[in-house]
This record gives sequence, C-alpha cells and structure tokens, in this order.
Amino acid sequence: MEAIKTGDVKVGDGNFAAAHAVRMAKPDLIAIYPITPQTSLIEKLSQFRVDGLIDADMIEVEGETSAIGLTIGAAVAGGRVFTSTSSMGLNFMFDGYQMAANYRQPVVMVNANRENPAPAQISAGQQDVMTVSEVGWIQIHVENCQEIFDSVLMAFKLAEDPEILMPVSVCYDGFYLSYLREAIKFPAQETVDQFIPRQPRPVLGFDPPTFLAWRAIHDEDTAEYRLRQQIAYDKSKDKMDAIDEEFGKLFGRRYGGQIEEYRMEDAEIALVCLGSHTGTARVVIDKKREEGIKVGLVKVRTFRPFPKEKLAEAVKGLKAVGVIDRSVCFTWQGGHIFRDLKTSLYGHDYIPLVNFIGGLAGHDITIPLLENAVDVTLNAGEGKPFKEINWMALENL
Amino acid sequence: MGNLEIRLHGRGGQGAVSAADMLVAAFTQEGKYAAGFPVFGSERRGAPTQAFVRFGDEPVREKTKIYHPHCIWVFDPMQIQTPMTYAGLKQEGTMVTNVGQPLTEKPHENINRMGTIKATPIAMEILGIPAVSTCMLGAFAATTQWVELDSVLAILPDYFKEKLLDKNIVCVERGFKETDIFER
Repeated sequence: MEAIKTGDVKVGDGNFAAAHAVRMAKPDLIAIYPITPQTSLIEKLSQFRVDGLIDADMIEVEGETSAIGLTIGAAVAGGRVFTSTSSMGLNFMFDGYQMAANYRQPVVMVNANRENPAPAQISAGQQDVMTVSEVGWIQIHVENCQEIFDSVLMAFKLAEDPEILMPVSVCYDGFYLSYLREAIKFPAQETVDQFIPRQPRPVLGFDPPTFLAWRAIHDEDTAEYRLRQQIAYDKSKDKMDAIDEEFGKLFGRRYGGQIEEYRMEDAEIALVCLGSHTGTARVVIDKKREEGIKVGLVKVRTFRPFPKEKLAEAVKGLKAVGVIDRSVCFTWQGGHIFRDLKTSLYGHDYIPLVNFIGGLAGHDITIPLLENAVDVTLNAGEGKPFKEINWMALENL
Repeated sequence: MGNLEIRLHGRGGQGAVSAADMLVAAFTQEGKYAAGFPVFGSERRGAPTQAFVRFGDEPVREKTKIYHPHCIWVFDPMQIQTPMTYAGLKQEGTMVTNVGQPLTEKPHENINRMGTIKATPIAMEILGIPAVSTCMLGAFAATTQWVELDSVLAILPDYFKEKLLDKNIVCVERGFKETDIFER
C-alpha cells in the first residue's frame, strides 16, 4: 500500500479517517481489541503497521481491559498512546478507563458509539459513552468523517497539554459515521507535526500533587488530587476553544471549540444536538427557515466537560429549546444532554426545554422526526402546554 | 437541482457495500459531493443489506437512510420481487438491477429508466465468485449516465491490485457494455 500524499483527498469511512489521523499523530503504542462497529479501524492500523507506515508498538490484547491498561502504562512512561472501542468493550475497560483519568494520563481513544447490550444487538446509539461520562474523560463528539480526522488530532493536542494531562475520547456514532464513506482531506505531515509536536512531559507529579499517585501517597491526599483534576478539567474548556482556533489557522477548518452555533443570529427557538444527526438537523433548520420559522441549531462538541456556560449564553432569550438525545438517563426519564442543559440553566431566566429521545438501537433520526421536534418546540415557545419528554415515533406509548 | 439519492439492495457478500464505497469515490473523482453508508446487522454473508448514496453539487449533510430514492440499485435478483425494494421510489425513477432472467415488464410503475444486467454469470466467469460490485458499477454508469465510465475505472486501483485489478476492470467494462437499457 502507498502512503497517502500531502494534500490528498481520499474517500473513506469514519474508521478510515480515525486510523489515518492516528497514523499521522505517530503514536508510540496502540493497543486495541476489535469490536463492531470499530473493527475496521484496527484492521487499518494493523495494515499500516505491516506496511511500515507507522512505527508504533501494536499489541494484540486479549480484551479491552488489557488495552486500556497497556495504554496507561505506556503513557506513564511518557509515550503517545491510542486505543479505541465501543459499547461492551467500553464497559469491559471501565476500571482502567477510570484509572486513566485519575492518574491524569493523556490516553487518546476513539469510541464508535453503540447501544449498550440488551435487548438490541449491534446497533447505533450513544448510551455507551453517555453512561461513562462522569469519570473525568474529555469527550469530543463529531458529525462527519473530516471532523473525526481533525478531532483525533485535536484530542492528542488537548490530552498532552501540560496544563491538562487528561484522557480524551473522540466519540462518533457507530454505523452512521464509522461506516459513512465520504471525501476526507489529508493535511501535510509537517503541519500535523507542527500542531502536535512531541514534547517531554513529567512522569511523576507529586509536588504539587497532580498526577500518577498510585499507592505512593496517603489516602487523605486523594482529595487534593481530585480537586486539581477538577480544576484542570474545567480549564480544558478554554483550551478546547483555543485549540480550535489554532487548528483553524493551520488547517483552514474550524468547528467552534466546545459548541457550534448554526443560524442562531435571530433565532427564537433552537434545537440542541450532538453527533451524526446534527448534519440532518442542519437540513431541517434550513427547510424550516424557508417556511419562515426562526429556528437555529446548537451543536454540542465537548459533551465532557459539559459546556454549560457557552450553552447558557447560546440559548439566552430564546422562547424554547428542543434537545435531541440518543440515550436515556433513567432517573430523569429524559436524555443526558437534556438533563445537563436543564441543570446548566438553573438560576437563569426560564426557557421551556423539550426533550426528544430517538435514534436508539439504530432507529433512524429522520428529517420528518426532526421537523416534528421543531414544531413541538415552536408550540412550547408560544406558551402552549407541552410534554417535557418525548420519545420519537413512540408518542402514543 | 438538489442532490440525488440512490438506495442499494443486496445481500452480504455480493459487494453492495463495496460498490457504494466505490461509487462515492467515483463521484468525488469528478469533483462532486458524495456520501454513502450501509446498514447491516451482526449477520454477514447472505443476509439482506442496504446502502445509501447521496451525491450532487451540494455538500451532503444528512446522516439518515434514504426513504425517497431517485434510483434503486438492486444487486440481488431475488429482491426484484420484494415490494420493499420499491418503497418510496420517486416518480420518473431509475432502476439498475442484476437479473437472472430478462425482465419482460417494468417491476414498478414509478420506474422511468431501467438497466438490467446478468451480472452474476459475468462475476463468476471473471472472478470466480458472485461478487457483482464492479460489474454493477459499469451497469450503473451505463444506465444513469450520472457518472463517467472513466471515473469508475480511475478509482479502481485504490480498491484492487495487480491481477484482481485487471479482472475488475473487465467486470466494469462488461457491465457497462452488456447492460440492456429500457426507457418509458
């Protein structure tokens, strides 16, 4: 196989995009266990290794728990590391997943978002990543293959930032993006090298207590490590915005950092989206605009840390907001983005929030379903009574 | 005119997913916007698969299945008989299909233009397996004229090497030449 040349455009799917971005990031260690819909990513990386296009140690692991363990170990040794997984694989690595965050190790991962097991089988959804969202990983969510490619590079930049030093997961919808074929622009290797230069980083952070404190500290010191972790986690928000700006200067593409606003200038209502269906929502927003409805779109990119300040600002003064969720947060009946947005708006002026749950287990979030979401949100904005939680296509249940 | 939408109907192993991939590449080769994705479950060979391709002068933003295709592209002759194959087909629609026996009439009233090809025997003869993707790409180019034959041939080296490349070039060319095209 030939190396892809500078400035080339190649057609490939989301896994192809992620694999090439990892190749250009030149990691030291890659440890992945295959799982649908991520498997073609590890196939691609293995091919790169065989063809001599990457120099990383690729370790054939017996499961995801080993994959995350190896990446943590290599990161502790100062390496640039990568793993990827999905659904049950993510669940299976959950112990190490938490350790990566608590040790403050810059592990970069991609997750091909998929339903958690039972009763459905292998299908799209975001339940897997949403379920593990509270343990200190940064999550970047994307809507197309180019954004996958670009976000993997941004993830290395953010994870390895000396002020951050945290694991970052680039999350893309399984099937809808992992297998979506489209044109992807490849940057020059020198530009990538310039964007994410290799820099030595400290291996132990005892003073002040920052990272990798395993059995070497007293339990009572853990709280200080946690607080510093929280402070760095919050700092990653501004970093993400700054990285997006720097990326734009070098590569000519920007994504808005934590969030992106679309047709929000004079919007009276908005949809809040995250993931592949954001693209579909853009089409719906344009259509509704043609009908004279002043609706905009807010795309959440970093679900973790949740961009609560940016979102509160973006929806300020709106008559109503519809939130599309592809996962269920059981205590609150609604979805995770809905819960977090509602929490973020506590103490702000009241805005009716309407939640739409859809896209579970590969259920298609269609244009008519999103049009209906706009209509229901519009009604709520006109002061009419509305149902807070709506399951798409299951209204009568 | 807005982007056009194509829905593929096949079975695992026939190459419908690969054909969608290569068609997106061929459109991209011509400077058009294109995107496509398949839908299949955990099952593999022999199970029904669908794939969706959108292309045109506008960036493809939708990440949703295709419910009202301008064209249906059928890889599995068995699915000519399946009513679901034609679900939502637009009026003045196009059909490109692999056939066992020649079709004596249009299988659906919305079909305006139809290309039929006995792709399976061609694939068996040249490749030795019933992987009809490249033959069907030739048939697609001949029937729809939405993509140039040369664009399809130009992207093949990204997918096949050496002898397999030569054989698949023959498949595309024979698919292009041997398609019977019907118009209302």
